[in-house]
Amino acid sequence: MSKGIAADTGEEAAEATTKIGGSKWVVKAQVHAGGRGKAGGVALVESAEKAQEFANKWLGQNLVTYQTDSNGQPVSKILIEPCIDIAQELYLGAVIDRSSRRVVFMASVEGGVEIEKVATETPEKILKATIDPMIGASAYQGRDLGFRLGLSGSLIKQFTDLFLGLSKLFIELDLSLLEINPLVVTAGGDIHCLDGKINVDGNALYRQPKLRKMHDPSQDDEREAKAAEWDLNYVALDGNIGCMVNGAGLAMGTMDIVQLYGGSPANFLDVGGGATKERVTEAFKLILSDKNVSAVLVNIFGGIVRCDLIAEGVVGAIEDVGVEVPVVVRLEGNNADLGKNVLEKSGLNIIAANSLADAAEKAVSAAGGIK
Amino acid sequence: MSILINKNTRVICQGFTGSQGTFHSEQAIEYGTKMVGGVTPGKGGQVHLGLPVFNTVKEAYKETNADASVIYVPAPFCKESILEAADSGVKLIVCITEGIPTLDMLLAKERCDQLGVRLIGPNCPGVITPGECKIGIMPGHIHLPGKVGIISRSGTLTYEAVKQTTDHGFGQSSCVGIGGDPIPGSNFIDILELYESDSQTEAIVMIGEIGGTAEEEAAAFIKEHVSKPVLAYIAGVTAPPGKRMGHAGAIISGGKGTADEKFAALNDAGVKTVRSLADIGEGLREITGW
Repeated sequence: MSKGIAADTGEEAAEATTKIGGSKWVVKAQVHAGGRGKAGGVALVESAEKAQEFANKWLGQNLVTYQTDSNGQPVSKILIEPCIDIAQELYLGAVIDRSSRRVVFMASVEGGVEIEKVATETPEKILKATIDPMIGASAYQGRDLGFRLGLSGSLIKQFTDLFLGLSKLFIELDLSLLEINPLVVTAGGDIHCLDGKINVDGNALYRQPKLRKMHDPSQDDEREAKAAEWDLNYVALDGNIGCMVNGAGLAMGTMDIVQLYGGSPANFLDVGGGATKERVTEAFKLILSDKNVSAVLVNIFGGIVRCDLIAEGVVGAIEDVGVEVPVVVRLEGNNADLGKNVLEKSGLNIIAANSLADAAEKAVSAAGGIK
Repeated sequence: MSILINKNTRVICQGFTGSQGTFHSEQAIEYGTKMVGGVTPGKGGQVHLGLPVFNTVKEAYKETNADASVIYVPAPFCKESILEAADSGVKLIVCITEGIPTLDMLLAKERCDQLGVRLIGPNCPGVITPGECKIGIMPGHIHLPGKVGIISRSGTLTYEAVKQTTDHGFGQSSCVGIGGDPIPGSNFIDILELYESDSQTEAIVMIGEIGGTAEEEAAAFIKEHVSKPVLAYIAGVTAPPGKRMGHAGAIISGGKGTADEKFAALNDAGVKTVRSLADIGEGLREITGW
């Protein structure tokens, strides 16, 4: 690996070049997304001034890559690394393959930034090693990959050690994706990890205190982070119909039916099974913090929870939050009729819907019709 | 007939004395499920909800001759719970818990396969054979004994499909929530195979969502091996790429796992698909002539 220095300011970036020494450096905008090189977030600089210039250009800006949304990710750190003389660029990565239910390592001589293209156009150029969950990675698998990559001599051992180390890292840190891209063979004949990326399994963060400490909230969407505090699942979209639904699948189904009826969903939001007044209140606040929202569709399938209780929660939340846009509510399941009564008696701007299709149609028309 | 469970299925509960285990076991007993006991380490010998509590699953299995175990244990302990159940002699494990680390599931699933134990879930509503046996958190009262087999990656979407098939009077043979995680214990194909050979099931509703390729694999299987009419719905047409939509497994990554790809694969396999969640009942009527 390269010994890099992370800089928070342009001056620090310039100082880092002196500390590292040499005459060429690679400067990288640090964001939680790949595709940085193509987006101009990685550059080769040949002076401290150029490093400073690069840092000043990016710090405080958002970097938009093909892996981010259209707003991009904020850049708050620049990594400065010594420049490596590259003889060959390789790719080495690992994912959890859902079909085979295995951790699968992938390697390719077609390394560098174009690996996605290689995977779609010439999948046969991606070499694979499948890890048995009961046995773990073995050295022979690393050697096999190494020889197939065309490596030889001391590079085989270096590559195998790296492979074993990375598979250990993958399991110990509960990763869901790991990429070394590019993995390079230096002019001096050594294996060198030039850039890397990991994704961590969110379900396993409870047992990864070290990774939790490294969490950088500046890379999170503000509303999504706020939602997580209340155990709500929220994803912002660019439409104008706010959606509040119980259950992740139904939340997606609701967004889809809104679109099918000519509307455009403003968000994905799963309030979960509880759907208590507190959670519904927080959910309304989140949805309405998006100024594009011109109507809200509440779609609750009351399985074991009673719809009349949910209706009371919705009414209470609308009163508390002071919701000014029309709210279409569809309640189904346990005590649905009692729930509808509660909504009707409230005297609020609530439109009761009789079915899912009816709800979508009413929400689209309440939001100003088909766009 | 039905699949997986029926009125004779003897069920134990892991995490029996906890709040979730207690609440849903009460509901299951009320529904008529043959609950025969539960497991909470350290509480062996106690009686809970009128049923015996055991320290280990092995002991519970030996004493009650259980066919199935349902798991309501918190996520950090689920790998252990599944391994313990798989090792006990129980042949069906239904894991309801959400939030289990994926690497834990890789191991647990592998072990279940080695021992020939069927695992349903995790992160699922469970399995129900209407009027006979309910293992899980689904509301029993929306179901109707009948002829449609339902398989779904999502809980509330299953309920929508159940309600529509009940409202149309078709009813359900069994309903299986396979769960929203990337590594499910059973996948679409496992359950499709069971419905295909079940005499009570006359048509199948399959509900998928974005992420992974399980629907595409199911489409290929249906084309070759399923003779019964299948209706499919996929959630997440409007989901943006790279964002996890609530379920751990519901994410379009590297441009793969989109709803459109899944719809296309299913249509190619001759499966009737509906784009609106509200059309499941009507769609079934169309393909069956009921």
